[in-house]
Amino acid sequence: MSRPGLGGAGAREGGGAALNVLQLRGVSKTYGQEPAEVHALAGVDLSVQAGEMVAVMGPSGSGKSTLLTIAGSLEEPTSGDVLVCGMALAGMPPGRKARLRRRVIGYVFQDFNLLPGLSAAENVALPLELDGVAVPKARTAALAALEALGVADRAARFPDQLSGGERQRVAIARAVVGDRRLLLADEPSGALDSVNADEVMRLLHEACQRGVAAVVVTHDAQLAAWADRVVFLRDGRVSGQTTRPPGPESLLTPGEIR
Amino acid sequence: MSVPHFLLALLAEGPKYGLQLREEFEAGTGEVWPLNVGQVYKTLGRLERDGLAESDGTGPDGPQKRFRITPRGEEALADWLRTTPDLTSPPRDELVMKVLVAARVPGTDAHEVIQAHRMYLVELMQQWTRLKEGEARDDLGLALVVDSELFRLDAVTRWLDAADTRLKRAAAEPSRPAPASAPVPQLRRLGARR
Repeated sequence: MSRPGLGGAGAREGGGAALNVLQLRGVSKTYGQEPAEVHALAGVDLSVQAGEMVAVMGPSGSGKSTLLTIAGSLEEPTSGDVLVCGMALAGMPPGRKARLRRRVIGYVFQDFNLLPGLSAAENVALPLELDGVAVPKARTAALAALEALGVADRAARFPDQLSGGERQRVAIARAVVGDRRLLLADEPSGALDSVNADEVMRLLHEACQRGVAAVVVTHDAQLAAWADRVVFLRDGRVSGQTTRPPGPESLLTPGEIR
Repeated sequence: MSVPHFLLALLAEGPKYGLQLREEFEAGTGEVWPLNVGQVYKTLGRLERDGLAESDGTGPDGPQKRFRITPRGEEALADWLRTTPDLTSPPRDELVMKVLVAARVPGTDAHEVIQAHRMYLVELMQQWTRLKEGEARDDLGLALVVDSELFRLDAVTRWLDAADTRLKRAAAEPSRPAPASAPVPQLRRLGARR
């Protein structure tokens, strides 16, 4: 395998069983020391399958951002295991972990984080180029990602020449470009109005339907409602999660509304 | 819901038959509020009586009768559009009552009660969102109705979030008595009168 240990095609096929792209097992995170310890996460279990979008909701300080940085291997848990594509992050050599971060995980931030000096296509191609992919090949992949998000015609524009909605589409393209399996998003619709925010969630959900697993952290129930499953965090613990909802047909049965 | 005015709006586009009005009402509101034929004719009868609409024939209600809006009907429609609904007195909301009760019944975990309701609301929102993702993409009427329902449910979940936080805070710093001379808000008095 050209990319050893990154759960290539073999892992994706998974022999029929649903593949857990992300698994958190008993993950705890404590900041500071006694007596001023803060338990950001306390024994969180969470699995996200390929093709699934999970929203994590909770009030400020519930631990949702910590969960995301730990899932993205940007921070280490105090205890518990994190597995990405079946590989445990604990004890993984830093170089390999960095490779995993670049190749498998995509991030969407609320302020988009596009580099102002690069065009849309260059922004999207950048993670691949950093990973050693040849420039022409990276550009082809970037254009394909922009195409999938409906902004191929904006490829040559710079971030300040794009609308807010377009910028976020480019940011999502950058997060899914290449062969990403796991998309981590923190309040991905930023300050967009609700119709544009909807569009962002629609695109993220479509990316999941193409096989990516996503964790979206938000305090906004309207955004969370796009997810296949909503997990509620409270004081660092999972306080509940929705089951996969029945189809919308049930809403339109005469007499059921009000 | 204001079925009569929606029917007037449909008649403002041109004369129409009863069955046609029913179909157009349902299609125009995303088919979220079913309307039976009886309701349509009853409403049309009332519009006719009030001089807001008129029909061709004098015979009994039926598919052969065509209705049109009158100038007074057009006026009534324009007035209605600009009349704000009465939102001054808070509705006696069942969920609000439940949380108020949960907060004072001994041995009740109000957070657990809140979480159960929040979960239900978010599941409901997920269903509406599936609708938005699918059918509502090409149906403007449905999209508008779905949005309004999502915003309504969203407001309720936000209120639950706020209630949750308030109760948590109140538990952490108990019994801070309100100042005796606290002014009674104007709204509360207004609401009590109704």
